[in-house]
Amino acid sequence: MPVKRCGPAAVLENKPLGDGIFRMTVRWTEPVQAGQFFMVRGWDRFPLLSRPISVHDAAEETLVFLYEVRGEGTQLLSEKRKGDSVELTGPVGTGFPVEKLKGKIAVVSGGIGIAPLLLAVKGLSGCEVTLCCGFRDKSYALDDFRPYVREIRVATDSGREGKKGFVTELTDPAEFDAVITCGPEPMMEKLARACIEKGVPCYVSMERHMACGIGACLGCTHHTAQGAKCICKDGPVFKGEDIYA
Amino acid sequence: MLKTVLNGVTMKNPVIAASGTFGFGQEYDQYFDISQLGGVSSKGLTLEERFGNEGERVYETPSGLINSIGLQNPGVDAFIRDDLPFLRKKDTAVIANLGGSTVESYLEGVQKLGETDVDIIELNISCPNVKHGGMALGIRCDIAYEAVKKVRAVCKKPLMVKLSPNAQDIVEMARCCEEAGADSLSLVNTFQAMAIDVYKRKPVFQNVFAGLSGPAILPIALRMVYQVCGAVKIPVVGMGGISSWQDAAAFLMAGATAVQVGTANFVKPDICLDIIRGLEQFLKDQGCRSVSDIIGAARV
Repeated sequence: MPVKRCGPAAVLENKPLGDGIFRMTVRWTEPVQAGQFFMVRGWDRFPLLSRPISVHDAAEETLVFLYEVRGEGTQLLSEKRKGDSVELTGPVGTGFPVEKLKGKIAVVSGGIGIAPLLLAVKGLSGCEVTLCCGFRDKSYALDDFRPYVREIRVATDSGREGKKGFVTELTDPAEFDAVITCGPEPMMEKLARACIEKGVPCYVSMERHMACGIGACLGCTHHTAQGAKCICKDGPVFKGEDIYA
Repeated sequence: MLKTVLNGVTMKNPVIAASGTFGFGQEYDQYFDISQLGGVSSKGLTLEERFGNEGERVYETPSGLINSIGLQNPGVDAFIRDDLPFLRKKDTAVIANLGGSTVESYLEGVQKLGETDVDIIELNISCPNVKHGGMALGIRCDIAYEAVKKVRAVCKKPLMVKLSPNAQDIVEMARCCEEAGADSLSLVNTFQAMAIDVYKRKPVFQNVFAGLSGPAILPIALRMVYQVCGAVKIPVVGMGGISSWQDAAAFLMAGATAVQVGTANFVKPDICLDIIRGLEQFLKDQGCRSVSDIIGAARV
Protein backbone atom coordinates (compact mmCIF):
# COMPACT_ATOMS: atom_id res chain seq x y z
CA MET A 1 0.00 0.00 0.00
CA PRO A 2 1.30 3.45 -0.85
CA VAL A 3 2.46 5.14 2.35
CA LYS A 4 4.48 8.05 1.01
CA ARG A 5 3.41 10.83 -1.21
CA CYS A 6 4.61 13.27 -3.76
CA GLY A 7 2.64 16.39 -4.33
CA PRO A 8 2.33 20.11 -3.73
CA ALA A 9 2.73 21.82 -0.38
CA ALA A 10 1.75 25.43 0.29
CA VAL A 11 4.53 27.82 1.27
CA LEU A 12 3.59 29.65 4.46
CA GLU A 13 6.81 31.61 4.89
CA ASN A 14 10.24 31.83 3.26
CA LYS A 15 12.42 34.02 5.39
CA PRO A 16 15.97 35.15 4.55
CA LEU A 17 18.31 34.81 7.53
CA GLY A 18 21.24 36.53 5.77
CA ASP A 19 24.28 35.20 3.90
CA GLY A 20 22.12 33.15 1.50
CA ILE A 21 20.43 31.17 4.28
CA PHE A 22 16.63 30.82 4.13
CA ARG A 23 14.02 29.25 6.35
CA MET A 24 10.97 27.96 4.48
CA THR A 25 7.81 26.83 6.26
CA VAL A 26 5.29 24.75 4.32
CA ARG A 27 2.02 23.06 5.15
CA TRP A 28 2.46 19.32 5.74
CA THR A 29 0.52 16.97 7.96
CA GLU A 30 2.20 13.59 7.71
CA PRO A 31 4.75 12.38 10.31
CA VAL A 32 8.45 13.04 9.77
CA GLN A 33 11.50 11.78 11.65
CA ALA A 34 14.59 13.73 12.64
CA GLY A 35 17.28 13.38 10.00
CA GLN A 36 14.91 12.57 7.14
CA PHE A 37 14.68 14.77 4.08
CA PHE A 38 12.44 15.60 1.15
CA MET A 39 13.08 15.87 -2.56
CA VAL A 40 11.94 19.42 -3.18
CA ARG A 41 11.21 21.33 -6.37
CA GLY A 42 9.64 24.69 -6.89
CA TRP A 43 9.72 24.83 -10.65
CA ASP A 44 8.33 22.99 -13.65
CA ARG A 45 10.95 21.46 -15.93
CA PHE A 46 14.25 23.18 -15.31
CA PRO A 47 16.40 22.21 -13.51
CA LEU A 48 15.54 18.57 -14.21
CA LEU A 49 16.11 17.08 -10.78
CA SER A 50 14.48 17.89 -7.47
CA ARG A 51 16.77 18.94 -4.62
CA PRO A 52 17.32 16.93 -1.44
CA ILE A 53 16.60 19.25 1.50
CA SER A 54 16.65 18.02 5.09
CA VAL A 55 13.85 18.63 7.54
CA HIS A 56 14.82 21.36 10.01
CA ASP A 57 11.69 21.33 12.10
CA ALA A 58 8.21 19.85 12.02
CA ALA A 59 4.95 20.44 13.84
CA GLU A 60 1.52 18.93 13.41
CA GLU A 61 0.69 20.85 10.26
CA THR A 62 3.97 22.38 9.19
CA LEU A 63 7.41 21.47 8.01
CA VAL A 64 10.43 23.76 8.06
CA PHE A 65 13.41 23.64 5.71
CA LEU A 66 16.58 25.55 6.52
CA TYR A 67 18.69 25.80 3.37
CA GLU A 68 21.56 27.65 1.80
CA VAL A 69 21.38 29.02 -1.75
CA ARG A 70 24.08 27.14 -3.63
CA GLY A 71 22.88 26.79 -7.20
CA GLU A 72 19.95 27.19 -9.56
CA GLY A 73 17.57 24.96 -7.62
CA THR A 74 18.03 26.56 -4.22
CA GLN A 75 18.00 30.01 -5.87
CA LEU A 76 14.54 29.25 -7.29
CA LEU A 77 13.39 27.97 -3.89
CA SER A 78 14.58 31.18 -2.27
CA GLU A 79 12.31 33.18 -4.60
CA LYS A 80 9.16 31.44 -3.32
CA ARG A 81 6.72 33.62 -1.43
CA LYS A 82 3.81 32.96 0.90
CA GLY A 83 0.97 31.54 -1.18
CA ASP A 84 3.27 29.81 -3.69
CA SER A 85 3.70 26.07 -3.56
CA VAL A 86 6.56 23.60 -3.79
CA GLU A 87 6.47 19.95 -4.88
CA LEU A 88 7.61 17.52 -2.21
CA THR A 89 8.48 13.84 -2.43
CA GLY A 90 8.94 12.07 0.87
CA PRO A 91 9.76 12.02 3.65
CA VAL A 92 12.71 9.89 2.60
CA GLY A 93 15.69 8.37 4.32
CA THR A 94 16.63 6.88 7.65
CA GLY A 95 17.19 9.51 10.32
CA PHE A 96 18.84 9.84 13.73
CA PRO A 97 17.94 7.19 16.32
CA VAL A 98 17.15 9.92 18.85
CA GLU A 99 14.81 7.80 20.94
CA LYS A 100 17.61 5.33 21.69
CA LEU A 101 20.11 7.90 22.95
CA LYS A 102 20.61 8.71 26.63
CA GLY A 103 22.86 10.84 28.82
CA LYS A 104 25.16 13.58 27.59
CA ILE A 105 24.88 14.12 23.85
CA ALA A 106 27.05 16.30 21.63
CA VAL A 107 25.21 17.63 18.59
CA VAL A 108 27.84 18.89 16.18
CA SER A 109 27.29 20.89 13.01
CA GLY A 110 29.34 22.49 10.29
CA GLY A 111 27.70 25.26 8.27
CA ILE A 112 24.27 24.45 6.87
CA GLY A 113 24.73 20.98 8.38
CA ILE A 114 22.94 22.48 11.34
CA ALA A 115 19.67 22.13 9.38
CA PRO A 116 18.60 18.58 10.33
CA LEU A 117 19.81 18.92 13.92
CA LEU A 118 16.97 21.01 15.37
CA LEU A 119 14.40 18.25 15.03
CA ALA A 120 17.01 15.82 16.37
CA VAL A 121 17.65 17.99 19.45
CA LYS A 122 13.90 18.25 20.06
CA GLY A 123 13.75 14.46 20.00
CA LEU A 124 16.53 14.12 22.58
CA SER A 125 14.24 14.91 25.49
CA GLY A 126 15.68 13.67 28.74
CA CYS A 127 19.22 14.01 27.40
CA GLU A 128 21.73 16.66 28.35
CA VAL A 129 22.51 18.22 24.97
CA THR A 130 25.52 20.33 24.03
CA LEU A 131 25.32 21.98 20.62
CA CYS A 132 28.72 22.54 19.03
CA CYS A 133 28.39 24.44 15.79
CA GLY A 134 30.80 25.79 13.25
CA PHE A 135 30.09 28.59 10.78
CA ARG A 136 32.11 30.50 8.21
CA ASP A 137 31.58 33.93 9.71
CA LYS A 138 28.28 34.35 11.51
CA SER A 139 25.90 32.01 13.30
CA TYR A 140 22.25 31.50 12.36
CA ALA A 141 19.18 29.66 13.61
CA LEU A 142 20.65 29.26 17.12
CA ASP A 143 17.73 30.87 18.96
CA ASP A 144 15.53 27.95 17.93
CA PHE A 145 17.92 25.56 19.67
CA ARG A 146 18.26 27.38 23.00
CA PRO A 147 15.19 25.94 24.75
CA TYR A 148 16.41 22.39 24.10
CA VAL A 149 20.13 22.50 24.85
CA ARG A 150 22.19 22.99 27.97
CA GLU A 151 25.07 24.71 26.24
CA ILE A 152 25.96 26.14 22.83
CA ARG A 153 29.59 26.30 21.67
CA VAL A 154 30.33 28.27 18.51
CA ALA A 155 33.38 28.24 16.26
CA THR A 156 33.83 30.39 13.14
CA ASP A 157 36.42 30.34 10.39
CA SER A 158 36.80 34.12 10.64
CA GLY A 159 36.79 34.34 14.43
CA ARG A 160 33.99 36.92 14.28
CA GLU A 161 31.89 34.82 16.63
CA GLY A 162 32.89 32.22 19.21
CA LYS A 163 36.25 30.51 18.90
CA LYS A 164 38.26 31.01 15.73
CA GLY A 165 38.88 27.60 14.25
CA PHE A 166 37.19 24.28 13.68
CA VAL A 167 34.16 23.05 15.55
CA THR A 168 35.95 19.74 16.10
CA GLU A 169 38.30 21.61 18.45
CA LEU A 170 35.29 22.36 20.67
CA THR A 171 34.14 18.76 20.83
CA ASP A 172 35.97 16.15 22.88
CA PRO A 173 34.00 12.92 22.51
CA ALA A 174 35.23 11.77 25.92
CA GLU A 175 32.87 14.31 27.51
CA PHE A 176 29.81 12.64 25.98
CA ASP A 177 27.80 9.43 25.84
CA ALA A 178 27.06 9.85 22.14
CA VAL A 179 27.67 12.27 19.28
CA ILE A 180 25.44 13.14 16.33
CA THR A 181 26.75 15.28 13.51
CA CYS A 182 26.04 16.81 10.12
CA GLY A 183 28.41 18.96 8.12
CA PRO A 184 31.27 18.85 5.65
CA GLU A 185 32.74 15.39 5.31
CA PRO A 186 36.28 16.21 6.52
CA MET A 187 34.73 17.57 9.73
CA MET A 188 32.51 14.54 10.23
CA GLU A 189 35.36 12.16 9.48
CA LYS A 190 37.64 13.80 12.03
CA LEU A 191 34.93 13.72 14.65
CA ALA A 192 33.81 10.17 13.86
CA ARG A 193 37.40 8.89 14.05
CA ALA A 194 37.86 10.57 17.43
CA CYS A 195 34.63 8.92 18.59
CA ILE A 196 35.70 5.50 17.34
CA GLU A 197 39.02 5.87 19.14
CA LYS A 198 37.29 6.70 22.42
CA GLY A 199 34.50 4.18 22.02
CA VAL A 200 31.75 6.81 21.89
CA PRO A 201 28.79 6.04 19.60
CA CYS A 202 28.62 8.51 16.74
CA TYR A 203 25.97 9.10 14.05
CA VAL A 204 26.85 10.99 10.87
CA SER A 205 24.44 12.46 8.32
CA MET A 206 25.94 12.05 4.84
CA GLU A 207 25.40 14.01 1.65
CA ARG A 208 25.86 12.97 -1.99
CA HIS A 209 24.70 13.96 -5.42
CA MET A 210 21.55 11.96 -6.01
CA ALA A 211 18.92 11.83 -8.73
CA CYS A 212 15.84 10.18 -7.20
CA GLY A 213 16.26 10.33 -3.42
CA ILE A 214 14.25 7.14 -2.93
CA GLY A 215 16.81 4.38 -3.52
CA ALA A 216 16.11 3.67 -7.17
CA CYS A 217 18.79 5.39 -9.27
CA LEU A 218 21.75 4.04 -7.26
CA GLY A 219 23.56 7.30 -7.91
CA CYS A 220 24.52 7.73 -4.24
CA THR A 221 25.73 4.23 -3.42
CA HIS A 222 28.47 4.23 -0.80
CA HIS A 223 30.78 1.50 0.48
CA THR A 224 30.05 0.92 4.17
CA ALA A 225 31.10 -1.68 6.73
CA GLN A 226 27.63 -3.17 6.14
CA GLY A 227 28.11 -3.39 2.36
CA ALA A 228 26.90 -1.14 -0.45
CA LYS A 229 24.29 1.29 0.87
CA CYS A 230 22.21 4.07 -0.64
CA ILE A 231 22.97 7.36 1.11
CA CYS A 232 19.39 8.44 0.34
CA LYS A 233 17.42 5.43 1.52
CA ASP A 234 19.64 3.49 3.94
CA GLY A 235 21.00 6.81 5.24
CA PRO A 236 21.54 9.70 5.19
CA VAL A 237 22.31 8.88 8.85
CA PHE A 238 24.81 6.09 9.46
CA LYS A 239 26.86 4.90 12.40
CA GLY A 240 30.26 6.58 12.20
CA GLU A 241 32.06 3.23 12.26
CA ASP A 242 30.08 1.98 9.26
CA ILE A 243 31.40 4.85 7.17
CA TYR A 244 34.87 5.53 8.61
CA ALA A 245 36.08 2.31 10.23
CA MET B 1 -8.70 1.34 -24.37
CA LEU B 2 -4.99 1.30 -23.53
CA LYS B 3 -4.68 -2.48 -23.60
CA THR B 4 -1.52 -3.46 -25.44
CA VAL B 5 -0.20 -6.83 -26.55
CA LEU B 6 3.55 -7.11 -26.84
CA ASN B 7 5.13 -10.39 -27.94
CA GLY B 8 2.00 -12.24 -26.79
CA VAL B 9 2.06 -10.58 -23.38
CA THR B 10 -1.10 -8.61 -22.61
CA MET B 11 -0.44 -5.36 -20.77
CA LYS B 12 -3.14 -3.05 -19.37
CA ASN B 13 -1.44 -0.07 -21.00
CA PRO B 14 1.63 0.63 -23.13
CA VAL B 15 3.60 2.37 -20.35
CA ILE B 16 6.58 0.44 -18.96
CA ALA B 17 8.96 1.69 -16.28
CA ALA B 18 12.42 1.59 -17.86
CA SER B 19 15.30 -0.49 -16.63
CA GLY B 20 17.71 1.18 -14.26
CA THR B 21 15.25 3.83 -13.20
CA PHE B 22 12.78 1.76 -11.24
CA GLY B 23 14.83 -0.66 -9.16
CA PHE B 24 12.70 -3.77 -8.75
CA GLY B 25 9.61 -1.72 -8.06
CA GLN B 26 9.56 -1.77 -4.25
CA GLU B 27 10.64 1.83 -3.74
CA TYR B 28 7.98 3.16 -6.11
CA ASP B 29 5.26 0.95 -4.68
CA GLN B 30 5.46 3.14 -1.57
CA TYR B 31 4.18 6.03 -3.70
CA PHE B 32 1.61 4.26 -5.88
CA ASP B 33 0.39 0.76 -6.62
CA ILE B 34 2.71 -0.30 -9.43
CA SER B 35 0.08 -2.78 -10.65
CA GLN B 36 -1.27 0.21 -12.56
CA LEU B 37 1.72 0.09 -14.90
CA GLY B 38 1.73 -1.77 -18.19
CA GLY B 39 5.04 -3.29 -17.20
CA VAL B 40 8.21 -2.95 -15.19
CA SER B 41 11.66 -3.56 -16.62
CA SER B 42 14.04 -4.63 -13.86
CA LYS B 43 17.28 -2.92 -12.98
CA GLY B 44 19.91 -4.35 -15.37
CA LEU B 45 20.95 -7.76 -14.10
CA THR B 46 24.25 -9.55 -14.50
CA LEU B 47 25.07 -13.15 -13.70
CA GLU B 48 27.18 -12.10 -10.71
CA GLU B 49 26.46 -9.36 -8.18
CA ARG B 50 28.10 -6.03 -9.12
CA PHE B 51 28.90 -3.01 -6.94
CA GLY B 52 29.01 -0.75 -9.96
CA ASN B 53 31.32 2.16 -10.62
CA GLU B 54 33.37 4.18 -8.14
CA GLY B 55 33.36 7.96 -7.96
CA GLU B 56 30.62 10.29 -9.11
CA ARG B 57 27.68 8.42 -10.58
CA VAL B 58 25.16 11.10 -11.49
CA TYR B 59 25.54 14.56 -12.99
CA GLU B 60 22.75 16.91 -13.95
CA THR B 61 22.87 18.74 -17.27
CA PRO B 62 20.39 21.14 -18.91
CA SER B 63 17.26 18.95 -19.16
CA GLY B 64 19.35 15.82 -18.82
CA LEU B 65 21.13 13.45 -16.51
CA ILE B 66 24.45 11.74 -17.11
CA ASN B 67 24.89 8.52 -15.19
CA SER B 68 27.72 6.15 -14.57
CA ILE B 69 26.11 3.60 -12.26
CA GLY B 70 27.87 0.64 -13.87
CA LEU B 71 25.12 -1.96 -13.54
CA GLN B 72 25.06 -2.16 -9.75
CA ASN B 73 22.78 -5.15 -9.12
CA PRO B 74 22.43 -8.17 -6.83
CA GLY B 75 22.91 -10.73 -9.60
CA VAL B 76 20.42 -12.94 -11.45
CA ASP B 77 20.08 -15.54 -8.67
CA ALA B 78 19.40 -12.97 -5.96
CA PHE B 79 16.88 -11.22 -8.23
CA ILE B 80 15.01 -14.47 -8.78
CA ARG B 81 15.07 -15.28 -5.07
CA ASP B 82 14.51 -11.86 -3.45
CA ASP B 83 12.92 -9.47 -5.94
CA LEU B 84 10.94 -11.38 -8.53
CA PRO B 85 8.35 -12.70 -6.03
CA PHE B 86 7.39 -9.12 -5.14
CA LEU B 87 7.11 -8.06 -8.78
CA ARG B 88 5.16 -11.19 -9.65
CA LYS B 89 2.59 -10.43 -6.95
CA LYS B 90 1.87 -7.21 -8.81
CA ASP B 91 -0.54 -7.27 -11.73
CA THR B 92 1.95 -5.89 -14.24
CA ALA B 93 4.16 -7.37 -16.97
CA VAL B 94 7.58 -8.26 -15.62
CA ILE B 95 10.51 -7.70 -17.94
CA ALA B 96 13.90 -8.94 -16.77
CA ASN B 97 16.66 -6.74 -18.15
CA LEU B 98 19.87 -8.72 -18.59
CA GLY B 99 23.32 -7.29 -19.15
CA GLY B 100 26.60 -9.08 -19.41
CA SER B 101 30.25 -8.90 -20.24
CA THR B 102 30.59 -12.07 -22.31
CA VAL B 103 28.25 -14.02 -24.56
CA GLU B 104 28.62 -16.97 -22.17
CA SER B 105 27.35 -14.92 -19.26
CA TYR B 106 24.35 -13.79 -21.30
CA LEU B 107 23.56 -17.39 -22.19
CA GLU B 108 23.72 -18.54 -18.58
CA GLY B 109 21.62 -15.60 -17.40
CA VAL B 110 19.00 -16.16 -20.08
CA GLN B 111 18.76 -19.83 -19.16
CA LYS B 112 18.26 -19.02 -15.47
CA LEU B 113 15.62 -16.41 -16.21
CA GLY B 114 13.98 -18.77 -18.67
CA GLU B 115 13.11 -21.09 -15.77
CA THR B 116 11.19 -18.32 -13.97
CA ASP B 117 7.84 -16.72 -14.70
CA VAL B 118 9.17 -13.41 -16.05
CA ASP B 119 7.16 -12.36 -19.09
CA ILE B 120 9.89 -11.00 -21.33
CA ILE B 121 13.69 -10.87 -21.27
CA GLU B 122 15.15 -7.56 -22.37
CA LEU B 123 18.69 -8.14 -23.55
CA ASN B 124 20.78 -5.10 -22.76
CA ILE B 125 23.44 -4.92 -25.43
CA SER B 126 23.83 -1.24 -24.88
CA CYS B 127 25.10 -0.29 -21.44
CA PRO B 128 27.74 2.38 -21.95
CA ASN B 129 29.04 2.11 -18.41
CA VAL B 130 30.58 -1.33 -18.32
CA LYS B 131 34.07 -1.62 -19.73
CA HIS B 132 34.49 -4.34 -22.35
CA GLY B 133 30.89 -5.35 -21.91
CA GLY B 134 27.79 -4.30 -23.70
CA MET B 135 29.21 -1.35 -25.52
CA ALA B 136 31.03 -3.04 -28.47
CA LEU B 137 28.08 -5.37 -28.68
CA GLY B 138 25.77 -2.41 -29.01
CA ILE B 139 27.85 -0.65 -31.62
CA ARG B 140 28.76 -3.28 -34.19
CA CYS B 141 26.06 -5.15 -36.08
CA ASP B 142 28.10 -8.28 -36.74
CA ILE B 143 28.93 -8.76 -33.05
CA ALA B 144 25.33 -8.06 -32.03
CA TYR B 145 23.98 -10.48 -34.63
CA GLU B 146 26.10 -13.35 -33.35
CA ALA B 147 25.23 -12.69 -29.71
CA VAL B 148 21.49 -12.31 -30.28
CA LYS B 149 21.41 -15.46 -32.41
CA LYS B 150 23.10 -17.51 -29.68
CA VAL B 151 20.85 -16.08 -26.98
CA ARG B 152 17.73 -16.67 -29.08
CA ALA B 153 18.66 -20.32 -29.42
CA VAL B 154 18.50 -20.90 -25.65
CA CYS B 155 15.90 -18.30 -24.64
CA LYS B 156 12.51 -19.71 -23.63
CA LYS B 157 10.93 -16.27 -23.23
CA PRO B 158 10.07 -13.53 -25.68
CA LEU B 159 13.36 -11.76 -26.37
CA MET B 160 13.44 -7.97 -26.53
CA VAL B 161 16.79 -6.49 -27.52
CA LYS B 162 17.60 -3.05 -26.13
CA LEU B 163 19.53 -0.97 -28.61
CA SER B 164 22.11 1.70 -28.05
CA PRO B 165 21.83 5.03 -29.85
CA ASN B 166 25.61 4.80 -30.09
CA ALA B 167 25.31 2.02 -32.68
CA GLN B 168 27.24 2.72 -35.87
CA ASP B 169 23.97 2.59 -37.80
CA ILE B 170 20.83 2.24 -35.70
CA VAL B 171 18.67 1.04 -38.60
CA GLU B 172 21.18 -1.59 -39.67
CA MET B 173 21.55 -2.69 -36.04
CA ALA B 174 17.78 -3.08 -35.72
CA ARG B 175 17.59 -5.16 -38.90
CA CYS B 176 20.47 -7.39 -37.73
CA CYS B 177 18.80 -8.06 -34.38
CA GLU B 178 15.51 -8.86 -36.09
CA GLU B 179 17.25 -11.25 -38.45
CA ALA B 180 19.07 -12.87 -35.50
CA GLY B 181 15.71 -13.69 -33.95
CA ALA B 182 14.77 -10.84 -31.62
CA ASP B 183 11.02 -10.80 -30.90
CA SER B 184 10.99 -7.06 -30.24
CA LEU B 185 13.34 -4.12 -29.89
CA SER B 186 13.55 -1.39 -27.28
CA LEU B 187 15.37 1.86 -27.94
CA VAL B 188 17.14 4.01 -27.07
CA ASN B 189 19.48 3.46 -24.16
CA THR B 190 21.62 6.43 -23.06
CA PHE B 191 23.84 8.48 -25.34
CA GLN B 192 27.53 8.36 -24.62
CA ALA B 193 28.44 11.68 -23.05
CA MET B 194 30.84 13.31 -20.62
CA ALA B 195 31.25 16.15 -18.17
CA ILE B 196 34.35 17.98 -16.99
CA ASP B 197 34.94 19.52 -13.57
CA VAL B 198 36.69 22.74 -14.56
CA TYR B 199 37.99 23.42 -11.05
CA LYS B 200 39.62 20.01 -10.79
CA ARG B 201 40.54 20.05 -14.50
CA LYS B 202 39.33 16.47 -14.68
CA PRO B 203 36.45 14.48 -16.13
CA VAL B 204 33.61 14.19 -13.62
CA PHE B 205 33.34 10.43 -14.08
CA GLN B 206 36.07 7.90 -13.36
CA ASN B 207 35.18 6.08 -16.60
CA VAL B 208 35.47 9.46 -18.36
CA PHE B 209 32.42 8.74 -20.53
CA ALA B 210 28.95 8.03 -19.20
CA GLY B 211 25.36 7.87 -20.45
CA LEU B 212 23.05 10.84 -21.07
CA SER B 213 19.29 10.47 -20.59
CA GLY B 214 16.34 12.73 -19.93
CA PRO B 215 14.30 15.24 -21.97
CA ALA B 216 17.49 16.50 -23.66
CA ILE B 217 17.71 13.32 -25.77
CA LEU B 218 14.04 13.03 -26.72
CA PRO B 219 14.09 14.50 -30.24
CA ILE B 220 17.02 12.31 -31.31
CA ALA B 221 15.55 9.21 -29.68
CA LEU B 222 12.23 9.89 -31.40
CA ARG B 223 13.96 10.16 -34.77
CA MET B 224 15.72 6.83 -34.20
CA VAL B 225 12.52 5.09 -33.13
CA TYR B 226 10.75 6.47 -36.19
CA GLN B 227 13.52 5.18 -38.46
CA VAL B 228 13.65 1.74 -36.85
CA CYS B 229 9.86 1.35 -36.93
CA GLY B 230 10.06 1.88 -40.66
CA ALA B 231 12.74 -0.76 -41.07
CA VAL B 232 11.61 -3.79 -39.05
CA LYS B 233 8.44 -5.86 -38.72
CA ILE B 234 8.85 -6.83 -35.06
CA PRO B 235 7.34 -4.56 -32.36
CA VAL B 236 9.39 -1.61 -31.15
CA VAL B 237 9.28 -0.18 -27.63
CA GLY B 238 10.24 3.48 -27.74
CA MET B 239 12.01 5.46 -25.06
CA GLY B 240 14.28 8.43 -24.54
CA GLY B 241 13.37 11.37 -22.35
CA ILE B 242 9.64 10.69 -22.09
CA SER B 243 8.20 12.76 -19.25
CA SER B 244 4.64 13.56 -20.31
CA TRP B 245 1.72 11.89 -22.05
CA GLN B 246 2.40 14.04 -25.08
CA ASP B 247 5.93 12.62 -25.27
CA ALA B 248 4.56 9.08 -24.98
CA ALA B 249 1.96 9.75 -27.67
CA ALA B 250 4.68 11.03 -30.00
CA PHE B 251 6.65 7.77 -29.69
CA LEU B 252 3.49 5.74 -30.31
CA MET B 253 2.67 7.86 -33.35
CA ALA B 254 6.21 7.28 -34.61
CA GLY B 255 5.31 3.60 -34.68
CA ALA B 256 6.22 2.23 -31.25
CA THR B 257 3.90 -0.43 -29.80
CA ALA B 258 4.71 0.63 -26.24
CA VAL B 259 6.94 3.10 -24.45
CA GLN B 260 9.33 3.06 -21.53
CA VAL B 261 9.65 5.91 -19.07
CA GLY B 262 13.03 6.31 -17.42
CA THR B 263 14.67 9.40 -15.98
CA ALA B 264 11.30 11.07 -15.37
CA ASN B 265 10.66 8.51 -12.61
CA PHE B 266 13.45 10.22 -10.66
CA VAL B 267 11.75 13.57 -10.97
CA LYS B 268 8.29 12.48 -9.88
CA PRO B 269 7.88 8.91 -8.59
CA ASP B 270 4.32 8.59 -9.92
CA ILE B 271 4.94 10.26 -13.30
CA CYS B 272 3.94 7.06 -15.12
CA LEU B 273 0.42 7.41 -13.71
CA ASP B 274 0.16 10.95 -15.07
CA ILE B 275 1.27 9.63 -18.46
CA ILE B 276 -1.21 6.73 -18.43
CA ARG B 277 -4.12 8.99 -17.42
CA GLY B 278 -3.13 11.64 -19.94
CA LEU B 279 -2.94 9.10 -22.77
CA GLU B 280 -6.33 7.69 -21.89
CA GLN B 281 -7.95 11.13 -21.85
CA PHE B 282 -6.28 12.06 -25.13
CA LEU B 283 -7.56 8.91 -26.84
CA LYS B 284 -11.07 9.64 -25.56
CA ASP B 285 -10.90 13.25 -26.71
CA GLN B 286 -9.69 12.13 -30.12
CA GLY B 287 -12.52 9.63 -30.47
CA CYS B 288 -10.12 6.68 -30.59
CA ARG B 289 -11.35 3.22 -29.69
CA SER B 290 -7.98 1.81 -28.85
CA VAL B 291 -4.39 2.89 -28.45
CA SER B 292 -3.63 1.03 -31.67
CA ASP B 293 -5.48 3.83 -33.48
CA ILE B 294 -2.54 6.15 -32.89
CA ILE B 295 0.35 3.73 -33.34
CA GLY B 296 2.25 4.85 -36.41
CA ALA B 297 -0.30 7.62 -36.99
CA ALA B 298 2.38 10.22 -37.68
CA ARG B 299 4.32 8.14 -40.19
CA VAL B 300 4.72 9.76 -43.55
